[in-house]
Amino acid sequence: MKKLSLFTSGLALCVATAAYANDDLIKQMSDPAQWAIQTGDYENQRYSELDQINAGNVGDLQVAWTFSTGVLRGHEGSPLVVGDTMYVHTPFPNIVYALDLADEGKIKWKYEPKQDPDVIPVMCCDTVNRGVAYADGKIFLHQADTKVVALDSDTGEVLWEAVNGDPSIGETNTATVLPVKDKVIVGISGGEFGVRGHVTAYNMETGEVDWRAYSMGPDSDILMDPENTTHLGKPVGPDSGINTWEGDQWMIGGGTTWGWYSVDLEENLVYYGTGNPSTWNPAQRPGDNRWSMTIMARDIDTGMAKWVYQMTPHDEWDYDGVNEMILTDQEIDGEMRKLLTHFDRNGLGYTLDRVTGELLVAEKFDPVVNWTTGVDMDPESDTYGRPAVVAEYSTEYNGEDVNSTGICPAALGSKDQQPAAYSPRTETFYVPTNHVCMDYEPFRVAYTAGQPYVGATLAMYPAPDSHGGMGNFIAWDNLKGEIKWSIPEQFSVWSGALATAGDVVFYGTLEGYLKAIDANTGDELYRFKTPSGIIGNVMTYEHEGKQYIGVLSGVGGWAGIGLAAGLTNPNDGLGAVGGYSALSDYTALGGQLTVFALPD
Amino acid sequence: MLTASRTLLSAAACALLPVMGLAQSWSDQPVDPAKHEGEFDAAYDDDGIYYNAEDIVTYNVQDDGTVDWPTFSGFRRYHAECHVCHGPDGEGSTYAPKIKNSAVHMGYYDFYDVVVNGRKNGNSVMPHFGDNPNVMCYLNDIYVYLAARGMEAIPRGRPGKKEPKSDLVREMEDACMG
Repeated sequence: MKKLSLFTSGLALCVATAAYANDDLIKQMSDPAQWAIQTGDYENQRYSELDQINAGNVGDLQVAWTFSTGVLRGHEGSPLVVGDTMYVHTPFPNIVYALDLADEGKIKWKYEPKQDPDVIPVMCCDTVNRGVAYADGKIFLHQADTKVVALDSDTGEVLWEAVNGDPSIGETNTATVLPVKDKVIVGISGGEFGVRGHVTAYNMETGEVDWRAYSMGPDSDILMDPENTTHLGKPVGPDSGINTWEGDQWMIGGGTTWGWYSVDLEENLVYYGTGNPSTWNPAQRPGDNRWSMTIMARDIDTGMAKWVYQMTPHDEWDYDGVNEMILTDQEIDGEMRKLLTHFDRNGLGYTLDRVTGELLVAEKFDPVVNWTTGVDMDPESDTYGRPAVVAEYSTEYNGEDVNSTGICPAALGSKDQQPAAYSPRTETFYVPTNHVCMDYEPFRVAYTAGQPYVGATLAMYPAPDSHGGMGNFIAWDNLKGEIKWSIPEQFSVWSGALATAGDVVFYGTLEGYLKAIDANTGDELYRFKTPSGIIGNVMTYEHEGKQYIGVLSGVGGWAGIGLAAGLTNPNDGLGAVGGYSALSDYTALGGQLTVFALPD
Repeated sequence: MLTASRTLLSAAACALLPVMGLAQSWSDQPVDPAKHEGEFDAAYDDDGIYYNAEDIVTYNVQDDGTVDWPTFSGFRRYHAECHVCHGPDGEGSTYAPKIKNSAVHMGYYDFYDVVVNGRKNGNSVMPHFGDNPNVMCYLNDIYVYLAARGMEAIPRGRPGKKEPKSDLVREMEDACMG
């Protein structure tokens, strides 16, 4: 009861202060006929209540219509559907199309920003963009060159523009933005260029900056309260964003913020993760490098951090912590808990209490993960919450100019940004994963503004002694920290999943298949080969009483670079390439939306 | 830095030469090593750095697969600075061409020029690395590594055996990296 009264008084307070600009978005998101936000909802569950397409009939699915985006690059993210309009974005040059679903997909308007192509090579790993956002009659586009644009959702007219970063020092963008309350929350890319990561809240009406929180630096920059911001239940203390760095390295410290954002409005918190510390050569940045590789919970209004959890202190492998934070309410030992589940690049699946930041579960979600023996879960221990690093796979321990071999996962992680889905019906997470290992050799590197700042050579290959493929699609129990079942895939699964009330789960593959599987058993129910490899996220909507499934094809991204020509497999002998492994044998460049429905 | 300024001058001198091939992604401009026979043969070496008869740096692979130090160094630097666009082992990506072939087709001076100054072809953009010591101090190494890959003188992956780093190489590296 105490909890309840606190909650209601909090609500009353909110109502008194402001009628939020994004009440509209909340309303749109709650209508399952629409797909009003890239992540499906504020919780990032990617779950739809639609059940017209279900496990019994999904095998009859057919292509209903298609749309070519006109761009041949990696297509991440997904379209939005709000009302009768579908909003489709493209990779660089970041075109936005508004398609009229009531008029056979006729183009209502098209917006193509003018951007300097010089930003292209500053983007690590392809010119992807993970989609537009909607709120309050506006479409928000965050361009590659970091310009944030608010467009009138009816006309495409530019309402305001803001410049979030500086490409000449390597700041770029690949991510979507998060509209919440009266703000638009915006991240930054550039961890391989020595960018100091930050998250910025812009006023939704005007485009003015409300707050900016850096990932490292003085307390006033990182928006942390030494007494009240906690790390695993303890105050972070003063200067936490400086005193775990040597010298001025924090100024080019990385910790970029290009992943997905989730929101708990009751707690007034926004959640996201920070990326790798730079450089990739750990010897050049002694210390824990806070707050790179960290789950952040920040106050939406002020940006002040409530709690943080650094998953991979002093990263030695490029295990960015940017992957999505999926919010669920589940019962643990008879008590309902507000949880946050996160599948990290480092191969560990974390479950935390999202109110307090308490660590509940940290377990490997791919059995081949070998750089750590596991996370210390004893709150009394000096190393509470830290992963125990295996010396053999420690690029810090082995040192500069030494090639550490057989590290799993590879730098692209057991999972990258491609978001997982959660079905409350099965209480299961559906996770697209990579099954790739690496050799990693760090060496000394010099910093030049706007130039790559990497400092390591790495070679990637399929996980040895495994099924031979480079990916798995897994079902995960976040309370036990266990894999329920796992579907081996020939290539990394680089597509965001969708779960529905029809007990079907959808995902795409790098060969270009859209696959539908049974949410309970993982049995494949349907597949269709689209024109190009899929690195986009599957979405669903309903129009005039009919449910549709949509996905973007267009191979690229890290997958298109690392896997295009195939990986060498040391098990096959030096320099040999497995015949299975070249993605270019299966698919070619593309840029297409494919929309599926059941036959009439 | 003396080395760097000299090479910058030579790069500028060839900036007017026509640039071969367009930067296209996932494109394949195969190299027929037979048509380039002799071009990359080492004529002499200067403390572990090999040159062809035209005094252009080149690779040297011994019968047992041992590579010269610069080729190994090029492998390392390529996979730090270049592979995020051009893919592992110079094999290209959905995003950028098979640069192992470009190194052979373009030859040393054009290759050098494009790395230093960059170039654009619509939305296909090669950045300029002229002010990046991590690239410029190792550009000869990267070139000979990619030429060796393009000529199929070495297989994909990390070279297994290498000559030791010579005193001259060490001196040049220290002078360049500062």
